[in-house]
Amino acid sequence: MAKAKIEVPELKEYSVMPVLQPGVMKGVGPYVSAAEFQEPLGFPGELVDNWEEKAVDKLGDLLNRYRGLRVFLDSCVRCGACTDKCHYLLGTSDPKNMPVARQDLLRQVYRRYYTLPGKFFGKMGWEWGKKLIGAREMDKEVLDDWYNYFHQCSQCRRCSVFCPYGIDTAEISMAARNIMDTVGKGQKYCNQIIGKVFKIGNNLGLPEPALLDTLEGLEEDIEDETGVKVELPLDRKDVDILLITPSADFFAEPHVDGLMGYAKVFHEAGVSWTISSYASEGANFGMFIGSYENMREISLRIRKAAIDLNVKRIVFGECGHAWRVAYSFLNTLAGPFDFLDPNYPVPQHICEFTYNLLQEDKLKFDKSRNDDMVLTFHDSCNVARATRMGDMPGGQFMIPREVIKAACNHYYDMEDETIHDQTFCCGGGGGLLTDDLMDIRVKGALPRMQSLKNVVEDHQVTHLAAICAICKSQFTKVLPYYGFKMDQIVSVHQLVSNALILTGQDED
Amino acid sequence: MATINVAGKDVEVDEEGYLTNLADWNEEIGAFLASQDELELTDAHWEIINFLREYYDEYQIAPAVRVLTKAIGKKMGKDKGNSKYLYELFPYGPGKQACRFAGLPKPTGCI
Repeated sequence: MAKAKIEVPELKEYSVMPVLQPGVMKGVGPYVSAAEFQEPLGFPGELVDNWEEKAVDKLGDLLNRYRGLRVFLDSCVRCGACTDKCHYLLGTSDPKNMPVARQDLLRQVYRRYYTLPGKFFGKMGWEWGKKLIGAREMDKEVLDDWYNYFHQCSQCRRCSVFCPYGIDTAEISMAARNIMDTVGKGQKYCNQIIGKVFKIGNNLGLPEPALLDTLEGLEEDIEDETGVKVELPLDRKDVDILLITPSADFFAEPHVDGLMGYAKVFHEAGVSWTISSYASEGANFGMFIGSYENMREISLRIRKAAIDLNVKRIVFGECGHAWRVAYSFLNTLAGPFDFLDPNYPVPQHICEFTYNLLQEDKLKFDKSRNDDMVLTFHDSCNVARATRMGDMPGGQFMIPREVIKAACNHYYDMEDETIHDQTFCCGGGGGLLTDDLMDIRVKGALPRMQSLKNVVEDHQVTHLAAICAICKSQFTKVLPYYGFKMDQIVSVHQLVSNALILTGQDED
Repeated sequence: MATINVAGKDVEVDEEGYLTNLADWNEEIGAFLASQDELELTDAHWEIINFLREYYDEYQIAPAVRVLTKAIGKKMGKDKGNSKYLYELFPYGPGKQACRFAGLPKPTGCI
C-alpha cells in the first residue's frame, strides 16, 4: 500500500531531551492478531467476555511466577533517571514513551488490585484515594493504552542501565503483552510468526525444499567467487556443529552475506556442521510476547534437532535476541544439554567461534578486500545488555569488534555513551519490525542515526556492521529516511567473508 | 475483511493489502495493486512478478533475495542481477512489494 507520510525527526549533533508533546503517539497500535494466529499459540481468538477480570488474574499469576516483576512494580521512586534514556521518547516526544510512564501503565493496575490501599480504595469506590496512590481500574482505555504503548517499546533495556534500582521495563512490557495475549488481544506480527515456527520451522515459513534450494545456490556462489567448494549442509547427521541462525540469514540482504561468512569460517576451521530444517530459526519471538510457554516450545525444537542430528556442539549465528535466549535461558528452557561435548560452551556464538580461530592464527585474511569501507559497530541491545561472549567481562563488546578489526583496516567506534551497554536500539527490536509500525521505527532510530552521522562526519565512516537480523533489516529500511543509503549496513561475518582467504582459493 | 474491486469483481485482501486467496489473482489485479502504490507495471516488472509466481508455485514461499537476483541476472543479463535493479523497479522492496503485486502472501520474519 502507499506509504504513509512519516515525519522524520531532524538529526542534531547529540541527543537532546525534546519538548514533550503529550499524546502525539496515541494510536491504535499494530495490527491485532486474528483468531487463526492466536489459537496455535494457546491464546483466545478474540477479546474474551470478562477480559478485565482475566487480565487482572493473569497479572496475579505473573506476579507469583516472577518475583522480579513485583519488585519492579514496587520499587520505582520516580527519580527520573530513565526519562530521557529511551530512543522512542527521544524520537517521538510523547511522554508516555518515558520508561517510567510506560511502566506506570501496568503499575497503576498493579496498585489497584495487588496492594492493600488499592484494594481498599477500590472496594470503597473512592476515586480520590485511587488517584492519590496512582491506582486505576482495568478498563478499555487502559487496555488501548497498553496495546499502543507497549508496542512502542523494543524491550531493549537501555533504561534499566540507568535506573538506580535496575527496574527492567522490558520485563514489564513482556508481562503486559502476555496479559493481552491471554485475554485475546495479541499482535499479528509476532503471533503469526510464532505459528510459522511451529508449523514449518522458521519465522519466514521457508519449507525444507526451498531452504535446500537456497543453500545450494549459496554453495554455487561461493565456488564461483573463490574456486573452493564450501558446503552449506542441511539435516546432515553425526556432525560436529548444529548452526542455529535467524531465517533472515537465508532470505535477506545483507544477512545472507553473513551466512556465507559462517560457512567459510566452518570450512576453514575444518569442522563438520549442519543446518536443521526442523529448527531452522534462531529467533524466538516467544520472548517478545513474554510467553514462557511459547519461548520454551521454540527452544525445545533446537534441543530435538541437536539430538536427532547427533551433533556435539550448538553454534548461534548473528541474531540479537536469539543469543539472549540461547545464552541466558536455553539451559533452563530446554536443558540439560549433557549430550553435547562438554569441552565447548553450550551454546556458542559464531563471533566467539571465529574469534577463537583468530587467537589460534587459523584464519588468513586479506584486509585490503574491505578497504572500500570504513566501519563502525552497532552493539545490538540483547547481546550488549543481556549476554556475554567469551570468558571475560565485556566479551560481548570486545569479541565482535576484534573480529571486525581482523578483517578490516578501517574501524572507528561511535561515541562512548551510545555503545557497549549504553547502546541505542536500532528502533525495530522487540517485535516492532513490521511495516504497520514504520512511523515509530523511523522515529526510534533517531539516536542511533545521530551517532552514526557523527562518525560519518568525523571519521568518514561508510558502513555500520551489526550482529542481529532485526538490526540489519531495520537499518536497511530506516537509513534512507535519514539521508543514508540502505546498503550502508553490513553483517559482521560479511566482512569476514570478504577478507577471508580460503585454503586453495584463487587470490586474483 | 477488506475487498478491492477490479473489473467489477470483489476480491478479498488482508489489512496490509495482500490477497487473501492466491487463486484470485490475475494480471489485471496485479496491475491494480501496483496502481495503489502509484506504479505502472512494465515488462521488466512482469518478468519479476512471473518469476515470483513460478517460484512460489514450486516452493510455497517467495524466493530469497539472492535467489531472485541470481535468476534475474541469468535471464536478463548480469547488470540486472542485483538488488539495486530490483529496488529501482519496486522501491518498497522486491520481497514485500513485488509479492503483493504477484498476489503472494507477505514474507514475514526479521526481514
